[in-house]
Amino acid sequence: MNDLVSIDLTVNGRPRTIEVPAHHTLLDALRDDLGLTGTKECCLVGECGACTVSLDGRIVDSCLVLAVEADGCAVTTVEGLAREGRLSPLQQAFLDHGAAQCGFCIPGQLMAAQDLLDRTARPTAPEIQEGLAGNLCRCAGYEQITEAVLAAAGEAER
Amino acid sequence: MSARVGGSPNRAGGIGRVTGAQEYVADIRLADELHAKLVTVPCARARITGVDAAEALRVPGVHSVVTAADLPSPMPRFGPQFRDRPVLAVDEAKYHGDPVAVVLADTRDAAEAAAGLVRVGYEELPAVTTIAAALDPGAPLVQDPSIRPDDAFAHTNVVREHRVGWGDVDAVAADLVVDHVYTFPMVTHFAIEPHAYIAAPDGDGIAVWSTIQHPNWLQKVLAGVTGLPLAKVRVYAPDPGGGFGGKQHAKYEPLVALLALRAGRPVRLVLTLEETFQAVRRAASEVRVRTGFRSDGTIAFQDIAADYLIGAYVDIADRVVSKGSYLGAGPYRMPAARIVARPILSHTVPSTAFRGFGNPQVNWAVESNLDEGASLLGLDRLDIRLRNLARKGEAFIPWDTPADGDWQQTVRRAAELIGWDTPAAPGHGRGIAIGIKSGPTTGLSYSTVRLLADGSVVVYAGTSDMGQGARTVLAQIAGDELGAPMDWVTVVMGDTAVVPYDQQTSASRSTVLMGNSVLSACREIQGKVRAMAARVYGVDEATIRVDRGVVQLPDREVAIRDVLGPGLGRLGGELVGNGEMRKDAEPGHPLGGAPAFFEFNCTAVEATVDEDTGDVTLVRHVTVSDVGKAINPLQVRMQDEGAAIQGLGHTLMEHYIFDDAGRIRNLGAIDYRIPTSMDLPLEMVSEIVENADGPGPYGAKGMSEGALLCVSAAVAAAVRDATGVVIRDLPLTPERVWRALRERDREAAVAEAVKHEEPVS
Repeated sequence: MNDLVSIDLTVNGRPRTIEVPAHHTLLDALRDDLGLTGTKECCLVGECGACTVSLDGRIVDSCLVLAVEADGCAVTTVEGLAREGRLSPLQQAFLDHGAAQCGFCIPGQLMAAQDLLDRTARPTAPEIQEGLAGNLCRCAGYEQITEAVLAAAGEAER
Repeated sequence: MSARVGGSPNRAGGIGRVTGAQEYVADIRLADELHAKLVTVPCARARITGVDAAEALRVPGVHSVVTAADLPSPMPRFGPQFRDRPVLAVDEAKYHGDPVAVVLADTRDAAEAAAGLVRVGYEELPAVTTIAAALDPGAPLVQDPSIRPDDAFAHTNVVREHRVGWGDVDAVAADLVVDHVYTFPMVTHFAIEPHAYIAAPDGDGIAVWSTIQHPNWLQKVLAGVTGLPLAKVRVYAPDPGGGFGGKQHAKYEPLVALLALRAGRPVRLVLTLEETFQAVRRAASEVRVRTGFRSDGTIAFQDIAADYLIGAYVDIADRVVSKGSYLGAGPYRMPAARIVARPILSHTVPSTAFRGFGNPQVNWAVESNLDEGASLLGLDRLDIRLRNLARKGEAFIPWDTPADGDWQQTVRRAAELIGWDTPAAPGHGRGIAIGIKSGPTTGLSYSTVRLLADGSVVVYAGTSDMGQGARTVLAQIAGDELGAPMDWVTVVMGDTAVVPYDQQTSASRSTVLMGNSVLSACREIQGKVRAMAARVYGVDEATIRVDRGVVQLPDREVAIRDVLGPGLGRLGGELVGNGEMRKDAEPGHPLGGAPAFFEFNCTAVEATVDEDTGDVTLVRHVTVSDVGKAINPLQVRMQDEGAAIQGLGHTLMEHYIFDDAGRIRNLGAIDYRIPTSMDLPLEMVSEIVENADGPGPYGAKGMSEGALLCVSAAVAAAVRDATGVVIRDLPLTPERVWRALRERDREAAVAEAVKHEEPVS
């Protein structure tokens, strides 16, 4: 059970080499081995989206990806959104529009929303709702999250 | 950013929430932690005949497998109302998920692997998981009668019978009596943050980290279970990742505390989402409502019998039932009312507080019943409500707090926003319903505020910010009163060794009770600033006013901050104020105290129903709440919309499903659906009424539950309006609606056939 496998990752731009048990998920590796606890653990079955991260430019539920599958990949987590201590436009928009309530789903929402914006520069509200359909928010701040993404998209175009 | 009350500065604590830096309990790691994993049996009720841990103990890294036999005897019990819940099940597991053993190991892997290898010997026992089964005279008793000595109901599964009423419902004449039963499903909180607990020996005491909403209450429970004085029990309560009531009361904290003391090491227990389903839920209910109407729609009486299916341990559920049913007859005036409410024990997950606190269940029944009355009388559903709605100042419960708002205004605004007076598009239906909930009946909130030498402010408040935004609201109050911008105010919460006592974070109380406490602490500081200014400027203190950050001298105004420098002098220092807000119990009152305020909401919706699939689409959802005064209008909107959408969950999709063994079939996120961004109303409109007539700071009332209360009735009414079908059971799943539609068609076909046969006969 505990045979360790060495993997190389580039996490938020920084090369990391860690040894992980073969059955551990990318979520486990991020939280337990790298101490990046911004990525959240909730359902562990790929339904809630709290553990969403970007893997080689594609968002994944990190609870459904084995850490060894991410060997050699570039991973971006919520901790990688801000640059040089400055919030990204999307993070700022989440703050300004009250998108974060309890905040627990927000890292996943941000990663999914950033991915959407990377693919679709000016998404409509229905496109945002569809794009974030895999990210549950029990505070149900969906309206504010949508508004924040719309605002960030507008900001980016300016 | 300005802290001015009535503005919407960014959330205090918001930056951590968007950077991932916010530290929730599960993010905290202590050195040398033991990981705990609960061991359960796969049925609702079982006699435990033995626990064989041999194989589990052979897993490398396993520290111990703890059963009831390893814990103090008699097993400590706890609970907010009755001390009925053992720290770990003794001899009998009483619901699917009731732990009978716990594995401790150096790693989570080892704990999980070993938990699967613990051989629990058990004999399955007959269980009751429905109201009917629990009330059957031959039903097994869920709790040992010795837990409730001298209690007339101890030999039944009924905890208590809560009776409230006035007038004589049997004597009041009515032209029409509408009598139906409405059911409400078992649903769970599903906070995205699963409950998490860490306990560690702390010198000669213990430290416990928990996702708890009530850290001070937990401190008392832990002191009771461990025998330690309060000062030796330190509870850390980081901001919970969603609470909704599910995190109010102790669950596994007593267990991890005893385990940590026993092991002499920190113990960590982070529940899976599935385990949270087995830890907290809302009470299901069957509510029979008989409303007597006069032909003009005036309510003559209401006779309400509300049975709530609670779990195997009472938790706070008895209070949920008594308080939740107390306003069963709604905000309406009527000569007679009788409300009989019963919490009924069963072999199911203990139900606890959940946003709305027992009110949504009765509201669903009573508001639906009103609609059925209006329909039979041929009256408009809005008119029948306005006709009976209490006017401001009217004692709609004869002995209690009178109507504390212009409720007509709220209802009329909701009706206006849904376009009640204009015809709905073909195929569209509308519904309107009114929700009311009693605010806190007692309360005690202390706070400390420090005005530092540079004019920045530290607030110590024992409220929990679980997303509702209490931290922001308290920062606004202190910042506004002491003249500091938002980013000059820090609010310290969640550490019982540092922050003064607060009774609890529940019943939408914090803005009113803790808000008033913080305001009084600021007033004390303002008094000190006044004396300081008199000294600094050499004027009579009586000629100085200090308010909202400003010192008004006889000839000019100066900022509080500008007085501090010369006032404090070379040694610096600070000004400290202590606040207290107390709402004492009233022994004669049925609830132990009159409500501090009412949460009042009117919800109006427009819906369409897919005739082929039964799928309900909300075209427009209007929610209007009387909040007295919005300290932070954006947060008010977020709470109202969030509550409305949460209400759509139990209205349209959420419910536990049980199998014959009393196991929950749909544990977890795949099989239990909550609203996603794809389930929203096509248009959400939330407005507030602000008449500054609440008891909180600046006239605020509590809010954040109101917009959930009457969602179900409003939606079901819209479904009925659109399709003609009356559904009295929640949730309104596509399957249930589809079946009702087909039944409607079948009945119509029969009626048509009868009509054609008539000439023959």
